[in-house]
Amino acid sequence: MTAPRILEVRTRILKANDELARSMRREFERLGVLVVNLVSSPGTGKTTFLQHTLARFVQQGVPVAAVVGDLETDNDARRLAASGAPVRQIMTHGMCHLEADMVQQHLSGWDLASLHYLFIENVGNLVCPTSWDLGESVRLALLSVTEGEDKPLKYPGLFNTADLAALTKLDLAEACEFNRELARDNIDAVRPGMRIIETSAKTGAGMEEWMAVLVERRQALLASAGARS
Amino acid sequence: MHELSLAANVVEIVSEHVRQAGGGRVAAVTLRLGQLSCVHKDTFEYSFAFVCAGTPLAGAELRIVIVPVVIFCPTCAKEVELPSLQRFVCPVCGTRTADIRQGRELEIESVELLEPSS
Repeated sequence: MTAPRILEVRTRILKANDELARSMRREFERLGVLVVNLVSSPGTGKTTFLQHTLARFVQQGVPVAAVVGDLETDNDARRLAASGAPVRQIMTHGMCHLEADMVQQHLSGWDLASLHYLFIENVGNLVCPTSWDLGESVRLALLSVTEGEDKPLKYPGLFNTADLAALTKLDLAEACEFNRELARDNIDAVRPGMRIIETSAKTGAGMEEWMAVLVERRQALLASAGARS
Repeated sequence: MHELSLAANVVEIVSEHVRQAGGGRVAAVTLRLGQLSCVHKDTFEYSFAFVCAGTPLAGAELRIVIVPVVIFCPTCAKEVELPSLQRFVCPVCGTRTADIRQGRELEIESVELLEPSS
């Protein structure tokens, strides 16, 4: 038997997804759409947080849209649509994360150029979405006070890929004996320097700050897109 | 179970390389997986065996090289290996740093190909 030939492949496993995501991001930036990928465990309150975010933008007359991924049901899309913003559900039928082509397929027919913000609510999971770039400009990792302060240490991979963090359900902090300084420090330990916003969608606390960060990030995107063209 | 998606991507990419190389049977595949890549090794192995069935990779040995996380410490002005994923802190001087130089890899390194018997 002859010796095996060695093929030096040296290729990224997610090459196809990465390339599609990169071209989507270029297009979003060219069109002036800030795309935010929301990642967290199930039950952190992504949908409620997003519902309030969309409703505030709709009220201000800012064009926004959202796609939401879930294993089954379109419950979240229906909840989000109550904000008045266009929303589409991506049903993954068992798949634990979203991939760039799933997002792309669900955007067809939307006039992206008319949007200022597009939100992608990922499947609730702190592991699987980590390595899939969806073409977003901002990856927001959410952590609720009911989950415990050490979640970031248990899932450093995901928190480490985030650009921004939000603590949610701060209205329950006292009842949960949540130690916010510890939670903030744990997030900073796995992603040093990342901005952390403390929020409660229920009371509205921190939502102004979050909205201001989005506006700031979009302005930066427009400025860099303008500088390139 | 995102390992199944990853394994399917590996099979697709390797099959294409095998086709371009003129065919044959794959004896082994070597992957480089960063410590931050969130891949569960056993789950990946199981998924890999499953998706290889009926392809030129059927029965191929899977070799996984785990790539440690390396950060750049701005204080020491050099790259250092991170001893703990729970603290992105320079093990020498204690500076916190988000400058990751290695450890997120999800790569196919090489393939051992057995020529088609002629």
